[in-house]
Amino acid sequence: MAAALIAAGVVQPARAKDDLVIGVSSFPSMMHPYINPEVVKSYTLGFALRPVSAQDAAWNKECILCAELPTLANGMVRIETRPDGAQALAVTVKLKPDQKWADGVAVTTADLAFTAKVGHDPLSGFTNNQTWQGVDSVDIIDAITAVMHFATVNVLFDRIPTLLPEHIERPILEHAGNAADYIKATTYNRAPTTPGLYNGPYMITDYRSGSQIVLEPNPYWPGKKPGFNRIVVRTIENTASLQANLLSGDVDMTPGEGIGLTLDQVLTMRKQEPDRFNYVFRDSTAYLHLDTQLDNPILADVRVRRALLMALDRKTMSDKLVDGLWTLADAWIAPQDPVYAKGLPHYGYDPAGARTLFMQAGWNPGTDGILRDAKGEKFVIELRGTTGIRLNELFQAVAQQQLKAVGVEVNIKNEQPRAFFGETLKHRAFTGLAYYSWLFQPSYPARQILGIDQIPTTENNWGGSNYMDWKNPAVEAALKVTETELDPAKAQMAWTAMQMAYAQDLPVLPLFFRPEAHVIPKWLKGYRPTGHTNYATLHGEDWQTE
Amino acid sequence: MTRFIINRIWQALIVLLVMSFVIYGLIGLMPGDPLDIMIASNPGATPEVVAHLRAIYGLDQPLMLRYWHWLMSALMGDFGFSRIHSQPTLEVLGPALLQTCKLLIASFVVSVVLSLVLGIIAALRPGGFVDNTISLIAFAGISVPVFWLALMMILVFAVKLHWFPASGMGNIGDGGFMDQARHLIMPVTTLALANTGGFIRYVRASMIETLRMDHVRTARAKGAGEGRVVLVHAFRNALIPVVTVIALNFGTLFSGALLTETMFAQPGMGKMIYDAILGNDFNLALTGLLFATVITLLSNLLADLAYGWLDPRIAVA
Repeated sequence: MAAALIAAGVVQPARAKDDLVIGVSSFPSMMHPYINPEVVKSYTLGFALRPVSAQDAAWNKECILCAELPTLANGMVRIETRPDGAQALAVTVKLKPDQKWADGVAVTTADLAFTAKVGHDPLSGFTNNQTWQGVDSVDIIDAITAVMHFATVNVLFDRIPTLLPEHIERPILEHAGNAADYIKATTYNRAPTTPGLYNGPYMITDYRSGSQIVLEPNPYWPGKKPGFNRIVVRTIENTASLQANLLSGDVDMTPGEGIGLTLDQVLTMRKQEPDRFNYVFRDSTAYLHLDTQLDNPILADVRVRRALLMALDRKTMSDKLVDGLWTLADAWIAPQDPVYAKGLPHYGYDPAGARTLFMQAGWNPGTDGILRDAKGEKFVIELRGTTGIRLNELFQAVAQQQLKAVGVEVNIKNEQPRAFFGETLKHRAFTGLAYYSWLFQPSYPARQILGIDQIPTTENNWGGSNYMDWKNPAVEAALKVTETELDPAKAQMAWTAMQMAYAQDLPVLPLFFRPEAHVIPKWLKGYRPTGHTNYATLHGEDWQTE
Repeated sequence: MTRFIINRIWQALIVLLVMSFVIYGLIGLMPGDPLDIMIASNPGATPEVVAHLRAIYGLDQPLMLRYWHWLMSALMGDFGFSRIHSQPTLEVLGPALLQTCKLLIASFVVSVVLSLVLGIIAALRPGGFVDNTISLIAFAGISVPVFWLALMMILVFAVKLHWFPASGMGNIGDGGFMDQARHLIMPVTTLALANTGGFIRYVRASMIETLRMDHVRTARAKGAGEGRVVLVHAFRNALIPVVTVIALNFGTLFSGALLTETMFAQPGMGKMIYDAILGNDFNLALTGLLFATVITLLSNLLADLAYGWLDPRIAVA
């Protein structure tokens, strides 16, 4: 049979080593960097479309397309006073002189001005354009120098994202006339293999919707020579099948940025095939937590929230479920983040202490062991989450047992992600705890999750993600400082105050920071995962074969 | 005959109209707004931006109004724009349909041929060793979950033996006939095995019943050979109920090969429709499901016409 198949030519040929096949579990809806933000799209575009500046694997800010990071110290950032007396920022951007789009056209400040103009328009339909939203105007000095004028003093001034190719996209935008038509007509959508859309070391040369994206070297890339003749990003949505594809050699690697195998799958694979791949676990900003519903009278008492956290043996959970790879969290900022505050209150496993706190809050154990208040009402709360992720369900089951041990009855109610995020969280329809994760950019102002104006209500059209209904005026004031203060020492004081208030008041029960789990071939060198949303592909030219 | 076909076309149009209304309404009733998930991790998505995006995608209008606009456009040949693929729906549908056709037709031919052969053989000696063995295979085919079968195929033939690629539709830079065939072997086999079991049972039952009929007994009494009795006198009559089942299955398969497509990373109609429903992509889900409905109705029409060919008395009626 085998001989017949070989003779018939159906047995698969060996793949050349100058190809790298990356298996991912989802496919981007389109390749426009500012429309429909998706992890898999940002990951893939990291090879092909570079931002002006980003954060590196050590979580420090770095220049990618720019020649020098603008700072107050080097004079490229200055505070200016607007005609109305308000303070604003003027930020000089200097691009590297030799950058080109993959059709040979130079990357210039015209691209910067065009992107800023479109990105600033609230009706553009763009959704991840926070920096551009703050930029009022751009003065072009020359082809590589421009001054961006921010409407206010804004700490996002040095986070300058990807540029759009003005020579390709301006005619499309002008012809479309409005956002809805532009979204349909953009070249990133209609012809994603157009070379001029890309300025990174690779460009997209083949795009098969739902199946795979092929990248090949950009002939005009001025930097380090890319290590592969071809990179294929192949979509295999079923992660068991993705695992089998790794083992069969059809796929060389799978990334850890949330679009590959889950942490438990990688751990299982490491046990079964310890020598076949390199397993890279990178601390990340992915923050697993339990939102509390502060409208619930039971959870409104801070003693109850503290007791709940103390009843969870997080260390053992991390050790037993993921070989100790979950890092215990005290707040939403990861320990590697430069703005992380040391010395936060830590609530270790202490069931006796938890029972004491419950009693102080008026909850005493009944004959069945379940806590009851003075009226005899049982302590019952629901724990909501999403279906389909085995590790999440395991955590919930263990948490349910541990909370029961201190007298808390937990009802687990899981639902499809679209229902959980689109209804339950959005409309604050959970009555107890909600289990999910956030992925943050390091040192990014946390207004969306902590701001009082970010509590979803009918008035704000259910916008924002302060699902807990946490209203802390001191935190609100500190938030404003972290958004506008350019003095690092003063900003750090605000960051510390916010984390301290968060850890003391516990509107959210902090659980863990989840690492990225990458499976890469032994022969791949120069692979540096970052642990945040400026993915490893932003340095894809460093990926080389041994 | 012409009047029959015209009547069936009218019926099909009414079914399609009702189906489009029901499908649109059901998708609209699903919890969650796709935009909420899309912007869930976006710190800059102010309520104004969300409201504007909702307007861009037409999600700010009442459901019935959206349906009415879609219906009017569809009648003019414009089936709308797919939100999750950012392309006109027909442009998304085309490649998915092509992929499904390759997978479906190949697996359908394999499973129909296999089931006819094995079903007839099993029916010749009901309760015998051969019948029991074939029935065992048929029940195994019916019982084994498709995703498990697919995974086992990948583990055995791709991981262990390295005979076939584990997934995908073709190698980059190749994509020739042999390359595509290589990528299709395992999904086609999986889908064929999953369908063959049920078909075998129908063919076997129908053949056993027909072989007991008077006209078969008469043929035998007239001295016709066993081969002629089975293939000419029994088989043709036994096909009538089998054709119904196969026709119904054909339509279902057009939208129902989801697991096979997902496991082998061969995005076709099933995956496309599933993603469209989960992503609240009304235009694409509707167009895909209506297309699957058309295929089902067409299959049934062909089955009705086949009845007339198999049994002229039905045609006269």
